[in-house]
Amino acid sequence: MPQAPGIAAWGMMTGVAMVKSGLSVFEAVAMTIFVFAGSAQLAATPLIIAGAPIWVILATAFCVNLRFVVFSLHLRDYLMHLPLVQRMWHAYLTGDITYVLFVRQYPHPGKTPELLLEQEAWFTGNYFCNWLSWISASLIGIALANFIPTQWGLGFAGILCLIGIQCSLASSRLRIMAAAVAAVAAVLAFAMPLKLNIVVAIAVAVILALTVEKIHPRKGVAA
Amino acid sequence: MTGHDVWIMLVIAGLTVVTVITRGFFFMSSKPWHLPGWAQRGLQYAPIAALSAVIAPEVFMSQGQMITTLLDARLYAAFVGGGVFFWKRNVLWTIVAGMGVYLPLHLGLGW
Repeated sequence: MPQAPGIAAWGMMTGVAMVKSGLSVFEAVAMTIFVFAGSAQLAATPLIIAGAPIWVILATAFCVNLRFVVFSLHLRDYLMHLPLVQRMWHAYLTGDITYVLFVRQYPHPGKTPELLLEQEAWFTGNYFCNWLSWISASLIGIALANFIPTQWGLGFAGILCLIGIQCSLASSRLRIMAAAVAAVAAVLAFAMPLKLNIVVAIAVAVILALTVEKIHPRKGVAA
Repeated sequence: MTGHDVWIMLVIAGLTVVTVITRGFFFMSSKPWHLPGWAQRGLQYAPIAALSAVIAPEVFMSQGQMITTLLDARLYAAFVGGGVFFWKRNVLWTIVAGMGVYLPLHLGLGW
């Protein structure tokens, strides 16, 4: 799995960052094992420490996780034939990288039960590696937190990981435009509460891309 | 356990529910689901826009303000990391090269 070392680096930094921000070791371990969503964990931690109302913390995590709603819509065609509990387990364990690598490996859902099973097996193997490297690295990070100064800024490895995923999605001019628009909008709207700047940025970028697509239909075709 | 500890565990339980709901949002109902065309096309752009919206403030802002200096290690690390991705097509290389730029500038020069 090419992504495992990157995920491990990010997991370790998330572990360090949670403890360095003031969570107890017990709380940080519970976050790692149950929440299992690095960007949401990192966004929620300062709010927890500040004693923000629980609905604000959950709303923030929901916004940061909004991309997963989009991913689940896309993955429906691949997993919907499974029973509810099974597909919810698959969903719960699907991080950014598993989604991106999976749809790159299998751009179209299998047409036969055998193909669907093969895709499910690939999917499960991928997120298992992802889960293992994330959880173990986070626990190591939590244990090491007292020895690594926060000022080193090792948490930036997590952002670099997201940048790599983002570049892998930049397959057409309109997608690149959407990324640029979202970046500018997220910065301009940063002062909005609840991290709503992220939702606003996604909405503006998607609406603009669809509008351009309508005016110039050819440019919308993914390369 | 104090009341505060209980509160934090409630928050963590809530965050877990948020993870399950967002990741399984469209898995919950097994009714046939026909996406309107615009939403289907929107899928092309929403994931990259969402990542961009999370990343941009982490690279271009500091303490809620747009940075006004070019002496910031994150700018160069992000630029090099992105460039290396298009060269190597590998997320790990992005992280390694980006941190290779970030750490000397950040720790050595204090950027």
